[in-house]
Amino acid sequence: MNELIYFFNYVVVAGSVTGSIYAMGAIGVTLIYSILRFAHFAHADMMTLGAFLVLLLTLLFPHAGEPLGLPTAVVMLPIAMVLTSLAAVGIDRVFYQPLRNHGVKPIVLVIASLGVTLMLQGLIRLFSGTGAQSLYVDARKEIFRLEVPGVTRPIILTEPQIILFVVTIASVIALHLFLTRSRLGKAMRAMSDNPDLARASGINTRLIVTLTWVIAGSLATLAGTLLSLDVAFKPDLSFFLLLPIFAAAIVGGVGHPFGAVAGGFLVGFAETLAVFNWSVLLRPLRDSLPSWIELPNNLALVGTEYKIVVPFFILIAVLIWRPTGLFKGKVI
Amino acid sequence: MPLLEAIDVHGGYGGMNILNGVDMTIEADEIGVIVGPNGAGKSTMLKAIFGLLTITGGEIRLRGEPITNLSPHKLVERGMGFVPQEKNIFPSLSVEENLEMGAFLKPATASRLKQQIYEFFPPLKEKRRQPAGELSGGQRQMVAMGRALMNEPSVLLLDEPTAGLSPRYMNEIFERVKTITEAGVGVLMVEQNAKQALRIADKGFVLAAGQNRFTDTGQALLDDPEVARSFLGG
Repeated sequence: MNELIYFFNYVVVAGSVTGSIYAMGAIGVTLIYSILRFAHFAHADMMTLGAFLVLLLTLLFPHAGEPLGLPTAVVMLPIAMVLTSLAAVGIDRVFYQPLRNHGVKPIVLVIASLGVTLMLQGLIRLFSGTGAQSLYVDARKEIFRLEVPGVTRPIILTEPQIILFVVTIASVIALHLFLTRSRLGKAMRAMSDNPDLARASGINTRLIVTLTWVIAGSLATLAGTLLSLDVAFKPDLSFFLLLPIFAAAIVGGVGHPFGAVAGGFLVGFAETLAVFNWSVLLRPLRDSLPSWIELPNNLALVGTEYKIVVPFFILIAVLIWRPTGLFKGKVI
Repeated sequence: MPLLEAIDVHGGYGGMNILNGVDMTIEADEIGVIVGPNGAGKSTMLKAIFGLLTITGGEIRLRGEPITNLSPHKLVERGMGFVPQEKNIFPSLSVEENLEMGAFLKPATASRLKQQIYEFFPPLKEKRRQPAGELSGGQRQMVAMGRALMNEPSVLLLDEPTAGLSPRYMNEIFERVKTITEAGVGVLMVEQNAKQALRIADKGFVLAAGQNRFTDTGQALLDDPEVARSFLGG
């Protein structure tokens, strides 16, 4: 039983954490692609920006969360979401919109977003320094140990992980209701389907573009902050997630928000399973194995340092098997 | 005062002139049909009216007010509806959502108008939850026209509404166009099925090389031996 709990802690919990973060990032990438038709490479640093704003707000008001019984960083999330959304809309107005108005090819926008990513990283580093900082400024991270009867090893969940799961589920449901029930959400899907006809129907496409950045910016803030709460804030923490997030968006089917969620969890779990030490699960069988089989200490599929290759294996496999992604997305 | 008036319209794409002086007038209860050979500028004229390409000369008026080179968005607000020939639906949205998008500027009237459209195009009612992209060609055309009608336009521009449809659907679409006009909506449409379209036309415009060749009632054009010989295949 101890081994199963170990599996739960190191695969189910860890995979769900990674999957949730990837999913929220990939939804933003996929929404921006479906409305603006370019791969937004600055998305990971928008996550960092959101987390950085939370860090600043938490440093300014370290005790704001106490009356609510939540970490201060979580209480600061709504403010940071608004600020990051404003920044995202501002970046669009200053950098991307003039290019769009010139009718440039999508690749030009992709390169512009690479420029934005470097700029954001530099700016954040300038103010935050390069080291890691905990978002628990004046408090301790709560760790819950759930004892399972008859087993010595407890199920371990941290407070930020629980918040992450709740926030992920809530935002996916909220996004689903927005896209399928609200007038603006439907208009957003309409614009993704056929931008010319959307304009010919009188849909205000500028408003839809703004809305896209607000949703992407808010989700990026949630993902970046909750990731930093679980580990610690680092100016390059989210940047290293850029490639898996894009893999998740493509695997799920570009332009398909629920595909992005599925892709996020697929990539997250695949990464976690690939670095999991399977020999732990085999250890109880040690006595019944024939004597010529010697159980190695580490039986992971890939070493932790090669974790980053896993999303690409999945990406290639899915693209060969289903070029449009798991859900039918747009072919890039 | 005519509903829609185009006076000596010149225009084209990227400096190349396709329209070299087109005149058109339709009243609020009329069907105008534009026919002519390929490359005559039929669809281009429709796009010029809807603000999709720059008009370099001439004028377009809606109920006497100049609307030349207004953006499509502004024209929709003023009561103009446009159904392109291709890509005229939102394929992943349901039939119902397609219709709702047509009423984007008038959300308050959406549910009442939706019921009217379902009465007008009965096949759409049972398919209202299906993605519009899964429908047959004729039903897609109904979705496309229904979407444009949801904005309660005073003038409706249709670009080859029967292209690629079976004769049964073609007649059905033409019947619907007649009904729309009886309700006081002016219709201007481009048609390849020239003979059938001219039969329902109050006014016919035969274009060639971006200019009016013949302008008359639909029946008069059908009876004109020269029009028949040169443009309607004898």
